[in-house]
Amino acid sequence: MNQLINLAMQAAKYLILILMVLYTIQSYTVFRRTGARAKEYVFLRQNISMFFMHFIAFMMMFLKTMDLQLLAFYGAQAIYLGFTLVLFRNLYPKASRLLINNMCMLLTIGMIMITRLSYDWSIKQFKIIIAGTVLSLIIPIIIRKLMVITKMTWAYTFVGIGLLGLVLVAARVTNGAKLSLDIGSFSFQPSEFVKIIFVFAVAGLLTEAKNFKRIILATGLAAVHVLILVISKDLGSALIFFITYLVMLFVSTRNPFLVLIGLLAGAVAAVAAFFLFSHVRVRVNIWRDPFSDYANTGYQICQSLFSIAAGGWLGTGLYQGSPTAIPYVAQDCMFSAIAEELGGIFAICLILVCMSCFIMFINIAMKLTNRFYRLVALGLGTAYAVQVFLTIGGVTKLIPLTGVTLPLVSYGGSSVLSTLAMFAIVQGLYMLRRDEEDKDEEERFKEYQQNQGQGNPAGYGAAGNQYR
Amino acid sequence: MIVTYVFAFLFLLLVGWMIYLNTVKRDELNANVNNTKQDNVADNVIRGLIVTEDGTQLAVTNVDSEGNETRYYPYENIFAHVIGYATNGKGGLEASANHDLLTSHSSLLNQLKNSESGEKLQGDTLVVTLDPALQQAAYYALGSYRGAVVVIEPDSGKILAMVSKPDFNPNTIAQDWDSMVTDETNSALLNRATQGLYPPGSTFKILTTLAYLRENPDTWQSFSFDCNGSLSQEDVTITCYNGNVHGTEDLKTAFAHSCNTAFAHIGLELPGNDFKKLAEKFLFNTSLPTGMQHSESIFQLNKDSSYGEQMTTAIGQGDTLVTPLHMALITSAVANGGILMKPYYIQRVETCDGDTVSESKPSSYGELMSADEAEIISGFMRETVNSGTAAELGYSSYSAAGKTGSAEYETNGVTGTHSWFVGFSNVEDPDIVVAVIAEDGGTGSQTAVPIAKAVFDAYYYG
Repeated sequence: MNQLINLAMQAAKYLILILMVLYTIQSYTVFRRTGARAKEYVFLRQNISMFFMHFIAFMMMFLKTMDLQLLAFYGAQAIYLGFTLVLFRNLYPKASRLLINNMCMLLTIGMIMITRLSYDWSIKQFKIIIAGTVLSLIIPIIIRKLMVITKMTWAYTFVGIGLLGLVLVAARVTNGAKLSLDIGSFSFQPSEFVKIIFVFAVAGLLTEAKNFKRIILATGLAAVHVLILVISKDLGSALIFFITYLVMLFVSTRNPFLVLIGLLAGAVAAVAAFFLFSHVRVRVNIWRDPFSDYANTGYQICQSLFSIAAGGWLGTGLYQGSPTAIPYVAQDCMFSAIAEELGGIFAICLILVCMSCFIMFINIAMKLTNRFYRLVALGLGTAYAVQVFLTIGGVTKLIPLTGVTLPLVSYGGSSVLSTLAMFAIVQGLYMLRRDEEDKDEEERFKEYQQNQGQGNPAGYGAAGNQYR
Repeated sequence: MIVTYVFAFLFLLLVGWMIYLNTVKRDELNANVNNTKQDNVADNVIRGLIVTEDGTQLAVTNVDSEGNETRYYPYENIFAHVIGYATNGKGGLEASANHDLLTSHSSLLNQLKNSESGEKLQGDTLVVTLDPALQQAAYYALGSYRGAVVVIEPDSGKILAMVSKPDFNPNTIAQDWDSMVTDETNSALLNRATQGLYPPGSTFKILTTLAYLRENPDTWQSFSFDCNGSLSQEDVTITCYNGNVHGTEDLKTAFAHSCNTAFAHIGLELPGNDFKKLAEKFLFNTSLPTGMQHSESIFQLNKDSSYGEQMTTAIGQGDTLVTPLHMALITSAVANGGILMKPYYIQRVETCDGDTVSESKPSSYGELMSADEAEIISGFMRETVNSGTAAELGYSSYSAAGKTGSAEYETNGVTGTHSWFVGFSNVEDPDIVVAVIAEDGGTGSQTAVPIAKAVFDAYYYG
């Protein structure tokens, strides 16, 4: 019996890897397919890869733990995934399938790994995912029906700065940084949501950027956001806000000098922060040589690197590694835990799936004609990309560790809720564009009909359209 | 769209970095002394054997009837530093090859059998390049001196022997630990061969000579110096050992007699920056190409250095410090026609059934000097054996070449002389390189040369 289980575990490890590689390849080849049917076929294959991977991973975990709860939990997740895919497809046939698939895939990877790390956490996370998914089914309607969201610039600005300010004043201090507010038994991290509000505010401010004054105003307000975050010692979020603003500024003004000045100011500020704040110095020093203070400040990044090294290309297999040795693994170092147990190849595929999401975000942004919507999509895409780069670059010691979450994969309610909302907003914008396309199509068709109408032989009028 | 390209580049940078971590950094991270990941594996795997190519066992894990494991080192102190220890932290190969020893590549069938019966898997076997006969010869030849002996095969980079004293018994390290770590005069745990930093003394004249050859590629043959026993520049005076007066010398005889005055004179002529560049090409101020823990050698001369520093550096004193392994590598580059082979200790990793898992191939670090330069210096080292300070090696059936050193030091007001020798045998097609340092051993000729001779003799006469 034991023999069979061991053999199955080995086979399962490789199967998971193969399915992930297949999925990743498909999330790029789909860009090359032009026919709707060919695309549909790729999307279906992606779903199959995902469901298989999910199934195999949970079977592996069940065989390791022999915990029957896991089977029930697996069932619930599979039903959730199925429902999400079917609901989006039927409620929003115009939504981007690739984005939905990637969203579900990232959630699946996250749920597998969180369940492996702690069953209790995964239950908590799953509840929030369900709530977030319901929210993300509503958001596209709001985007499509409520034009007023494009006109609330000042409201966004005040709510954003207000919430961040509240965090600064009232937040609980975790690991030296002020991040989260406690409401009842819930603890939530406002910066995750302000990120979205901020993008809307900046889009509003820059859409009407007719003159230089307006740009200065926008820059000043963005700087207030960033400064509050720096004072709260939430450096990761500060960087995300800062770079997102610069990219939005560049795209709306097309002026590379402004960006250059912004980058220079950022560099000066970074150097100043290095000399002014000891916690910044600590981050940079342990990045340069984590082993110099191994037992204290360098411990997390060293353990993270050991995890990645222990996993190698193929990974140790679920429950065969020791990712829990990394402090805050489920929030900060999910990527390393994945690299250890599911393998370096899997982790690289994960990076590529995130990149596929980003490309899709930008693709959608480029197709939008409304300046405001376009800036929003671009801003959200940038914020996403910067966050992925900061977290993965941080845990692999490419850049100093800032402790932000890996969107949709890491454990953390605020993070997963805000990312689901972000994906839903972009979906809403995508559908808006496709609504417009359809409208254009209808109008052109009407014109065509009118031109054709006269002199059409009887019986070959409107009804003949089906042969077009 | 430039924004897309910038971020796509960043994503691909992450991918590239992951590939880099997995290909280049992985072994180093797995072998890091702080990494305890492998200890989890030790619950399922019995630490593998360490054996030599002829099958001599250097480290084995014995399991008693109750499943208790003890690591046993049959040769006790003799291989202590190079093989290392696996309790109270880890050292030597036990540390740097920890990952291999705790990995089992035994056949799937075996794995299944073991897991069914609940037995642990047998870890992979490390087949090392060390030669037990040479190691023992070097160990006993060094006798009661503190110091180190390193033996390398120059055309492959194989480490054949590595001794450091004072030593310890790895079998009783747990009991002896407290007394050893508090004993700072002996520092028995320190592997002096790789971590001991010594003034190189006259062995450094190999590099001074090379620097001179490069400054004077066409005229070095006409070098002539009249040694009257001492040379003064400003307030610094360099004297030849024991007040010897060497008379008129060319470069070869100055080298063979290890004439300090002549080399101090050369030191004054050499541009400090060029000398530093040459020393750094020879791996000073940087880490050596080996996974074993080691110290970086130090060379500090530059263009602003004083006359005194120029003269003392040229004769291997001054601020220069070097590890015995490093001196052995420099010598092996001379012996191997200028090309340095990367040193290695692990010949093969095998499964417990003897199937090869991975095998080390000799690999070149690079050409440190041209074949012509290597031949000239090799000739000078040959002369040192024929008629110079290492003449004792001349009375053997094998040919030898070398350089002695008598490195004066002063620590906390105590002065003394370390005895050095570096050299190789079978000059036409060198077989082995030997580097010896005996702390407070006096001149190289007195102490280090006889130790090296014992190692060469063991190699050729068994």
